[in-house]
Amino acid sequence: MALEDILINKPKKKLFLLGNEAAVRGAIEAGISIAATYPGTPSSEIGDILHYLAKDANIYFEFSVNEKVAMEVAATAAVSGLRSFTFMKHVGLNVASDSFMTTAYNGVNGGMVILTADDPSMFSSQNEQDNRHYGRLAKIPILEPSNPQEIKDMVVYGFELSEKFKIPVIIRTTTRISHMRGIVELSEIKTSNNDNNKLKNNLKSNENVHWKKGFFKKNPNRYVPVPGNAAEMHKNLTLKFENIKKINTKLNKIYSAPKTSKNKNSKFKLGVISSGSGFNYTYDTINKYDLGIDILKLGFTHPFPEKEVLEFIKDLDGIFIVEEVDPIMEKEVLSIIGKNQLKISVFGKLNNVFPMIYEFNPDILLDSFKKFYQIAEKEKENEERNNIKDIYDEFSKEEININEYNQSTKLENTQLNKLIESLPNRHPTLCPGCPHRASYFAVKKSIEELEISEDNVIFASDIGCYTLGISPPYQTADYLLSMGSSIGDGGGLSKATNQTIMSFIGDSTFFHSGISPLINCIHNKNKFVLTILDNRTTAMTGGQSNPGLNVDGMGDPAPEISIEKIAISLGIEFVKIINPLNLKKAIETYKEAIEFDGVSVIIAKSPCALIKRLKKRKPMEIDYNKCIKCLECVKFLACPSISVKNDNIVIDPLSCKGCTTCRQMCKEKAIKIER
Amino acid sequence: MINMEENMFSKNPEFCKDSYTICMCGVGGQGIIKTSTIIGNGAINEGKKVVMSEVHGMSQRGGVVSSELKIGNYKSSLIEEFNSDMIIGFEPIEIVRNLNKVNKDTKMIINTHSIVPSNISSQKNSYPNIDEVIDILRENYNYVYPINGSQLAKESGNILTLNMVLLGAATADETFPISKDSIIIAMKNNLKANFYDMNTEAIEKGYETVKSLQ
Repeated sequence: MALEDILINKPKKKLFLLGNEAAVRGAIEAGISIAATYPGTPSSEIGDILHYLAKDANIYFEFSVNEKVAMEVAATAAVSGLRSFTFMKHVGLNVASDSFMTTAYNGVNGGMVILTADDPSMFSSQNEQDNRHYGRLAKIPILEPSNPQEIKDMVVYGFELSEKFKIPVIIRTTTRISHMRGIVELSEIKTSNNDNNKLKNNLKSNENVHWKKGFFKKNPNRYVPVPGNAAEMHKNLTLKFENIKKINTKLNKIYSAPKTSKNKNSKFKLGVISSGSGFNYTYDTINKYDLGIDILKLGFTHPFPEKEVLEFIKDLDGIFIVEEVDPIMEKEVLSIIGKNQLKISVFGKLNNVFPMIYEFNPDILLDSFKKFYQIAEKEKENEERNNIKDIYDEFSKEEININEYNQSTKLENTQLNKLIESLPNRHPTLCPGCPHRASYFAVKKSIEELEISEDNVIFASDIGCYTLGISPPYQTADYLLSMGSSIGDGGGLSKATNQTIMSFIGDSTFFHSGISPLINCIHNKNKFVLTILDNRTTAMTGGQSNPGLNVDGMGDPAPEISIEKIAISLGIEFVKIINPLNLKKAIETYKEAIEFDGVSVIIAKSPCALIKRLKKRKPMEIDYNKCIKCLECVKFLACPSISVKNDNIVIDPLSCKGCTTCRQMCKEKAIKIER
Repeated sequence: MINMEENMFSKNPEFCKDSYTICMCGVGGQGIIKTSTIIGNGAINEGKKVVMSEVHGMSQRGGVVSSELKIGNYKSSLIEEFNSDMIIGFEPIEIVRNLNKVNKDTKMIINTHSIVPSNISSQKNSYPNIDEVIDILRENYNYVYPINGSQLAKESGNILTLNMVLLGAATADETFPISKDSIIIAMKNNLKANFYDMNTEAIEKGYETVKSLQ
């Protein structure tokens, strides 16, 4: 499949789409005009695809400087009558949250969909927060898809819902859904919405843009939340939300167990309520083992569909709640049971039936159901205690269920277990030719040469590839909170301790949220060394553009913002640009920077080794006449291209990018450029 | 209680009919995700239902990569423990890391060419001897197909065709639910046109190698 296939207007055509690709298709079918994001896994591919397709789809797309700005770009488009789409990883919504909260108050005119991609089990994130809480915080509806087809359909539905109630709508995915590939049946792309030729006639003559423009109709009472207005706005939002509760939706559906099911007539009447990925595991487990339990699948989970849930549970003895991360639906169901004074036992996270944290999988579901039936069997033998509440009590007695993270089951075979335990790890590492490796080497070397003890240097790290510096041999990450935190942390640590503070931040992260804290550090007279690792891209998420580059989110030329000029304009006296691949100069500069009294800024500028258009350089090779096998290059660089084979150091000519870091650090001059 | 498990948790043959699950594992950059996508497209071409799970993230930086593909009635894209019908190991020790997905009848396609982790010298464990690893696997599993995929890829014209060699190897097993022809069509729809011939040759090479092992 080529990415262009996402644009084909062939209803009923089936494509094998990634969840993130399906999100783009949904947005295109819905006829969006504006889309904005800051890249973040697991939602990054949505932006990558829009970067590629936006112009052909008559969409304005930007990689905004951060998620808050992306939220603002989408909100203002929607209030101007256009359909707008913003998407981000779960923690991105933390950054956007200030404007997000008010967007609910201000409302929209064109539809606005906010996709938040949660990351249960933290495959690539600093936490596993459950963003369904945000819908509750802001009084915004939430849709939860379970597969790529549903992502596409719910994005389209989300726009209709948003427009009808003039409120933004959240789509909550998880890594497993965003990175799931499945069959997606396409629907029509309604070209009437943003047909370019038609559009051009509506545009002012000198304007030459490819997307539809809207019109902002003034109404400060509605759009400016000064206290008096905000009070009215909160009232309106609350009323809107009450109305949303009344709508009928097809997104919630009962999957009945077949009447012939072998376990249909078990002692207790049971049901499951589930959403998202949890539903997939539930459906497979119940059907694979023919457990005979009905499932209420919820796609529209906020406002919580009380009536449908009550209807589903009212005649049951016990209800399982299968949801990933926090027990949110479980508490909603408990509240319904309380309000209606029902006698139904709820089996979920709160009474240890399902794990409290981390991603679920089919094995977890199977284990939990098995445990339930085992306890039920045991209770059967006890004549005096034989109702479902006893099973509930048994579970409640157990310890909190925390399924061991990433721990694979022990095999029965000890020989195989031994083999598995003897395997070396394969942690992600800095790529061959990565300039961060050279920067970290220079930093460590300068500290060594200044005879500062490692314990006396604190490395405040940030979010990007360079966070990989946490591992040996670099060990250049001691503290980290969030995007941009290295600068505020550096300032704080310099006030709190007398240690040497070194902060690291990437170019994209610096633009994202490093500038205001840097202003703070200057104004408050901090002392630390800030390295801005400018590798000319947003590398970790796959190489997106950022304001430091001369190209925008759609590939068009754009003004390049100079990090150096920003630093100088703040009055910082020590601002130096280095090429970290020149080790000697880099070490010298670091030594000066560490001894400087104040904030010193080093911009380590060298492109990411994964950037495709870079000129190829000749690989390195070992001069075996000179190599004394001290292994310093192996130990201190941990470059994937350098390895030890049959007692000799070898450089893999295929993966080596010719950065020459090893050549410069080799004391014996035993590494040369391949001829 | 034993009875309960046997009765209650026996598999429903109706639901499991025509299902086939494939686990693929290796190291970033080996083309694992692309290979699974091609298998998925092949399945769709044959009118089958399919879901697939990709694990990305830090994969590009030398970490482990895996993908799971399920053909049949499944809604979830994750394979249960010991339930893979086939496992394709793009790197020999990565297949060992995923042994919790396989059972003694799982078809195991293994590229014997190893990729040693770059920080191996700072690790407690050393990289194992691959011949010994294969011997242990053979002792414990019924269908182990070790092939020097990287060598065959080079012979096809480019080391990057490794994934096509392994894909061809997979189609050689008679349990594999998609025909080699459908796979080649799906490959053509997913990879660059100027590499068709090289990729087709790689698929054939993998196919022949496993056929000769059977």
